[in-house]
Amino acid sequence: MLVIIFNDILYARHMLKTIILLLLMSSLAGCNWQTNVESGLATQTLHLGNGAEPKDLDPHTVTGVSEGRLIRALLETLVVEHPATLAPLPGAAASWDISPDYRQYTFRLREDGRWSNGDRVTAHDFVYAWRRMLTPALAAEYAYQFYAIANAQAFHAGELTDFTQVGIRALNDETLQVDLTYPVPYFLHLVAHTSFAPVHPPTIERFGGPLKRHSLWTRPENYVGNGAFRLSEWTLNRWIKMQKNPLYWNADQVTLNEVVFYPIENITTEERMFRSGTLHKTETVHPDSIARFQGTKTLRIAPYLGTYYFKLNTQRPPLDDVRVRRALSLALDRQALVQFVTKGGEIASNGFVPVNLPGYATPAEPDVQARLERAQALLAEAGYPQGKGLPTLELLYNTAESHRRIAVAIQAMWQQLGINVELVNQDWKVYLSSVKQGNYHIARAGWIGDYPDPNTFLDIFSGNSGNNNTGWQNMQYDALLLQAAKASSDQRYALLQQAEAILLEAMPIIPIYTYTSKALVSTDVQGWYDNIFDHHPLTQVLLAPATGQAR
Amino acid sequence: MESPWRSLLLSRVLQALPVLLLTITVTFFMVRLAPGDPFDNERFLPPEVQAQLRADYNLDAPLFNQYLHFLGQLATFDLGPSFRYPNRSVSEIIATGLPVTLELGLYAMSIALLVGIGAGVFSATKPYALRDRSMMLMALVGICVPSFVLGPLLALLFGIQWQWLPVTGWGYTPGDKILPSLTLGIGYAAYIARLTRGGMLEMFTQDFIRTARAKGLSEGRILIKHALPGGLLPVISYLGPATAGLLSGSFVIETIFQIPGLGRFFVQGAFNRDYTLIMGMTIFFAVLIILMNLLSDLLAALIDPRQRQR
Repeated sequence: MLVIIFNDILYARHMLKTIILLLLMSSLAGCNWQTNVESGLATQTLHLGNGAEPKDLDPHTVTGVSEGRLIRALLETLVVEHPATLAPLPGAAASWDISPDYRQYTFRLREDGRWSNGDRVTAHDFVYAWRRMLTPALAAEYAYQFYAIANAQAFHAGELTDFTQVGIRALNDETLQVDLTYPVPYFLHLVAHTSFAPVHPPTIERFGGPLKRHSLWTRPENYVGNGAFRLSEWTLNRWIKMQKNPLYWNADQVTLNEVVFYPIENITTEERMFRSGTLHKTETVHPDSIARFQGTKTLRIAPYLGTYYFKLNTQRPPLDDVRVRRALSLALDRQALVQFVTKGGEIASNGFVPVNLPGYATPAEPDVQARLERAQALLAEAGYPQGKGLPTLELLYNTAESHRRIAVAIQAMWQQLGINVELVNQDWKVYLSSVKQGNYHIARAGWIGDYPDPNTFLDIFSGNSGNNNTGWQNMQYDALLLQAAKASSDQRYALLQQAEAILLEAMPIIPIYTYTSKALVSTDVQGWYDNIFDHHPLTQVLLAPATGQAR
Repeated sequence: MESPWRSLLLSRVLQALPVLLLTITVTFFMVRLAPGDPFDNERFLPPEVQAQLRADYNLDAPLFNQYLHFLGQLATFDLGPSFRYPNRSVSEIIATGLPVTLELGLYAMSIALLVGIGAGVFSATKPYALRDRSMMLMALVGICVPSFVLGPLLALLFGIQWQWLPVTGWGYTPGDKILPSLTLGIGYAAYIARLTRGGMLEMFTQDFIRTARAKGLSEGRILIKHALPGGLLPVISYLGPATAGLLSGSFVIETIFQIPGLGRFFVQGAFNRDYTLIMGMTIFFAVLIILMNLLSDLLAALIDPRQRQR
């Protein structure tokens, strides 16, 4: 018996030796590789995590964030954003004039603007692109961004078929003129949005015309763009590669030779890729990992133009009572929530417009104790002292660990008032249809602004908005928004603030916090600035070891 | 062809066709009846835009007509364009992911067979001895530890702690195929080890082994020549479902290691309500599973004459 055991041990030792030998061999084989981050310094190749696999690279049919990043590198809009301040800078247009009544914009295109096949970028290309965007048959989801342009809405709705009546025209090859129905102070920001990007008409025509869906023009071998980079490879679920475009008018100023975008759905995989030197930048950071990177130069957290909030279904008792809705909001300790639950530097806010818009004030609120007392009083007034008699409310969120944690914390906060909440999670698409059909009491929601102006937020609770879903509507609110749209720029914010006050008084929503963008960025990446859009023009980025500090 | 072979083949094919049709039908209607719309987005879509999109994908036709239309398309092997990736056809997506998934499955299966059969035979030579108990304990752990735990653990140790192997990719840097193949293979190896051990132990009780021993054949010869073929029968019948499982179940591995295989498309397709992609993937995997089962039945019949009579 002893002999057998001895034999076994001998054998096991032999196996162990083999395994260790194999591992050693593989480690030796691995000694020579350079990670992407190491080799990037010499080749100027930037490796980026890019979230979901992009749907398509057609600027007029996509709406996602990951698609936007790619399109901004491949196509250049008339106006581009300053990498840090987001202020409008000349892009495909060298300059522009604005009429004294702010209703006519005249863009002069640069003479050296070229498509990646060598053709000149003309004003006609923009007319073609914008007309395509507004043609009903394309079913472009972002067409509403054009509605400030004269007759654009009518044309998109099919009420007007003559495009010459729409306020978009090319005076000649280099001049594009746009008429607005009313002054839009953020119009230059709109024009910098990817939905205003040009497309190369001959290429679109070659692959089935402007209205063809499933068009193959966005394949690497067919793509013609006017941006700083040109598409070189697109393998689904693997990567999208783009190379510096030598025909770009400002190519001399572009340092990067290649950019590789990786579609990564799993945040922890993305973090491993960053830690092993495969990525220069992650798309986001897991809340639990923030502590690990806290205090290092690689962790970047910045306010983001977005609001995390709850929608309340004002058609369903007891939420049809404004006192109950306000009690729910007052009972939240938002500060504790961002500090201990979300942990990503989010900014607690009881306003719907994010706190980071310069010049726009967010309403202040009393301290936690005072708010709790007020909430209790309101509940009692509504006929539910200490929550007695209040039916159990359902809190709906789409299945995700981050939303679950917030919901659990808030459930506990409401419990203090005697309000019982049941958590319901649904898969994303199911959740969307439940919210749309009003099949909920309280639903988690988020809204990201399209342009740096309060209107992009407040507009969704106007009477004719399809994004409202709360059943709440207020004529005075709608009137104020309309008034603000036509007001001079110094009155606008005051009017919008009044509108927001009405919204917060009626509480069809419970604002919770202003989002932050979170990323791990290698210290080798220079020219990377934080801003409220989390937009990072790649024309300005270069790879160089950080000076004066260890990596 | 011998008649037992022919009837075996014929009966399997006849069984397969209704199974396939049923799978297609059930999936088609379930996917469409599931709540959630392929075109739903966080942002509201004007009704006219929604209508335009639905018309474009033939979703405005009555459900049964859509079904007939789909079957008609299928008869010409056209799986249609993906809803989520409008410039790709479903066949193209399958064609890009398949080689990767096949390669991953092949490596994982090789690891599973080598390690599994090796460990199983090794265990069976001295049942209930230390080697047997330790092997079977390891196998138990191997079966129980899910790949979503094992994968990140291996990546953390070999990729980040020791920096021996890349943590992601498939053919991008040398050695990046090792960790995913290992992670996927280990669970199956553990299962195969237990099956092999059981099969071998059963063989050792058979008369012909006793005869072989009585004839004075060496233990090694008895093991390899006489016991192993019979002992592997349970493994062989497990090969069909295992292969199908490896190929269709590689989603977790593909996500952990960032591999552009079929599994990710399948799961993403379901989340995105990408009707055509779900259908294409389901049909593809159904055919694959049926084929694999057929192959493993044929293989078993080849080794064991008794199976041909059934």
